[in-house]
Amino acid sequence: MRSDTVVELKGITKAFPGVVANKDIDFELNRGEVHALLGENGAGKTTLMNILSGLLRPDDGEIRIFGKPVSFRSPREAISLGIGMVHQQFLLVPSLSVVENIVLGHKEEGFIPNLRNVEKKIKTLSENYNLEIEPRAKVWQLSAGEKQRVEILKALYREAQVLILDEPTSVLAPQEAEGLINALREMTSEGHLSVVFVSHKLPEVTAVSDRITVLRRGRVVAAMENDNVDYAVLSNVMVGRELQKSVSPRRREKGGILLEVEDLVVPDDRGVPAVDGVSFTLSEGEILGIAGVAGNGQKELGEALIGLRSATRGRVIFCGKEITDITPRQAIEKKIGFIPEEPLTIGLAGGLSVADNLILDTYRSSRFLRKGLLDYNKIEGFSRGIVDTHGIKTPDLGLQVGHLSGGNVQRLILGRELSRDLKLLVANHPTKGLDVGAADFVWEKLISLGEEGVGIILISEDLEEIQTLSNRIAVMYEGELVGVEESGRVDRKKIGLLMMGVGKEE
Amino acid sequence: MGDFFVLALSAGTPFILASLGEIFSQKSGVLNIGIEGMMLIGALAGFSVAHHSGSPWIGLVGGVIAGSLAGLIHGFLSITLMAPQVISGMALTIFGFGITSFLGKPFLGLPATSFETSILGVTPPVIIALALIPLSVFILTKTRFGIHIRAVGEYPEAADSAGVNVSLIRYLCVLIGGGMAGLSGAYLSLAYSPMWREGMTAGRGWIALSLVFFSMRKPIFALLGAIFFGALWILQFKLQGLGFGVSPYLLMMIPYASTILVLSLLSSERIRGRIGVPEALGKPYLR
Ligand SMILES: Nc1ncnc2c1ncn2[C@@H]1O[C@H](COP(=O)(O)OP(=O)(O)OP(=O)(O)O)[C@@H](O)[C@H]1O
Ligand SMILES: [Mg+2]
Repeated sequence: MRSDTVVELKGITKAFPGVVANKDIDFELNRGEVHALLGENGAGKTTLMNILSGLLRPDDGEIRIFGKPVSFRSPREAISLGIGMVHQQFLLVPSLSVVENIVLGHKEEGFIPNLRNVEKKIKTLSENYNLEIEPRAKVWQLSAGEKQRVEILKALYREAQVLILDEPTSVLAPQEAEGLINALREMTSEGHLSVVFVSHKLPEVTAVSDRITVLRRGRVVAAMENDNVDYAVLSNVMVGRELQKSVSPRRREKGGILLEVEDLVVPDDRGVPAVDGVSFTLSEGEILGIAGVAGNGQKELGEALIGLRSATRGRVIFCGKEITDITPRQAIEKKIGFIPEEPLTIGLAGGLSVADNLILDTYRSSRFLRKGLLDYNKIEGFSRGIVDTHGIKTPDLGLQVGHLSGGNVQRLILGRELSRDLKLLVANHPTKGLDVGAADFVWEKLISLGEEGVGIILISEDLEEIQTLSNRIAVMYEGELVGVEESGRVDRKKIGLLMMGVGKEE
Repeated sequence: MGDFFVLALSAGTPFILASLGEIFSQKSGVLNIGIEGMMLIGALAGFSVAHHSGSPWIGLVGGVIAGSLAGLIHGFLSITLMAPQVISGMALTIFGFGITSFLGKPFLGLPATSFETSILGVTPPVIIALALIPLSVFILTKTRFGIHIRAVGEYPEAADSAGVNVSLIRYLCVLIGGGMAGLSGAYLSLAYSPMWREGMTAGRGWIALSLVFFSMRKPIFALLGAIFFGALWILQFKLQGLGFGVSPYLLMMIPYASTILVLSLLSSERIRGRIGVPEALGKPYLR
């Protein structure tokens, strides 16, 4: 491997109102390497990469590509210099096909693109790099893993020499993540492509990268070669304090039955059954882990339980009463909490302030009212409490939630839901996008809720999370629950296979 | 029967042209409810250009240019200044009515410089309108421009990050929308009822707008709908002539009533999802 520098960032600084997201950052990417960018939530990783990909302009600092200083005015200019970015949130047009998405914005195709030729090229690329895809499928039909492949192919198709992946594994099942890591290794082995791999998962970072740069609060706090890196040391520099994995699975006495779900059928947005005849029971204080690749009906199941979606068949019984057709407000009154998969779409209002969002579910309660009007002194006190206990990084309580970083949004919704007195919590990927420190905090919180007798339905793709926390584990595949088992007896490989639809009939 | 079809097609042509233009605009994410205003501007411009130049063809071109300029106003307000699109479109309609009533005074009562040829019983602009249908389908589905239009209307962030100039595409589509509305108006004043009269579009712009929703933004359906509404338009006069017991007002109401019906259906999220309303329709884009 030659070690000439492909990308050089020098003294990059970028401030948003109230926060300095990047402060005097130096970063180098060599030809053919995978360079991991590690950092906890809000550390400024996405901001830095948005600057490199031309989506944001730095306040200060220099970008050099192949030694030449550049100043991007738009992503188009970055793309033309061979920089492709796969965003944390996919930037694909759902109603267009894979091919159409790939030629989108690509000038070389001419006014009437020959999609058949493009298709052929895509096939070759996808065979070379093991990125299997059906070029004619519409993007809305694809799974998260497939969408990611489209994003990567899109960059490769433009002959990207630098591929930036922002938290690429957060949407993938374990096997898919492994597949991605192998594909990345293959792609970089020839030395044409260099990769920036943004993440806060230590194991995958050490598995995939050649070098690691760690950001904390907008600054580079460490940069190292990836050999014999000690997790403890790494997580230490990342969060700036010692982490103790104190969480361990618990055996506990079963309480009474809290929730019974019988033969539930729930349609998705298109009216097709996404949950297809699901039955289970949940006891007080029990944590039921539901593993599965996103898009197998978990989201719809969760939404049906809290009244956001109505079931077309089946019953839900909670504390002995049927709640199949409740409204979200009734669910809140019945002490059911909900952590949605995408908090900014459901659950939080991006245009409202942090404080407003924190009382969105309980603003009617008398503790926030004075003579029937909202009392902002009380609301601020309450919000300040949650912001402090959950370490939500925000310059002030009036900031619009849409401007928080991904992880801080997650902390906000967790903080709000866990601040209520709950009997049942439906938690959808509760630690998605959280760094180790914050995830640990959430895990402990969930376990202690369980000990207090709160029943928890934990929907997650993170097997470690599911195994650590759950008393029982089920896998959801194509709308059905397959293989419900006590967590002690499950091996991870088998769950992984069930998630991929293998070994369902046994 | 054949005669009636030709009549319905001729009466439906303004709907075809204006709704095709609006389909482009809406597919790119810009709602322009100012069709009526743009049509009036096109009608007067077409009439006066034809009058001064002596050629109805140059008149049509004049109508297209004037309509595009009117569309440009909406584009500037809604794309660059990010003004609420409904209000800007409303303003455009009122503006169009006002300015054409004022500037059109000298042309009242003058005969139009009209088309002398007719092909298969219809005037040339009707043929143009019919030809524009497959052309639009082709542009929207097969060309890079078409892919960009759909992307920009559906998910502008994605288009932007892929290097598509969102504002430019939207401007072009609004210009196309205005130009087609202008052509539609010029057809009215030069061919369909060759003369200039204040407010001579008589609500056709609103019907064209409803057709866009009706057709789910598919040019073929817009064509069928346009002929259907054209037939209703003719029928309303025929029945009046026959002294039929149905009030013409009731018939005239049908397009509007059906618009209300369709719009209320469209407000349901589920249906929106199913028929593919552009996700970003009506939403300004700010990086
Ligand atoms: N458009 C914006 N306006 C205001 N503040 C912003 C904006 N984008 C990011 N920030 C702030 O900048 C800081 C860094 O955010 P960034 O998204 O880069 O973090 P990150 O390292 O990617 O975190 P995560 O792991 O949570 O995705 C955060 O405090 C965030 O709130
Ligand atoms: Mg990020």
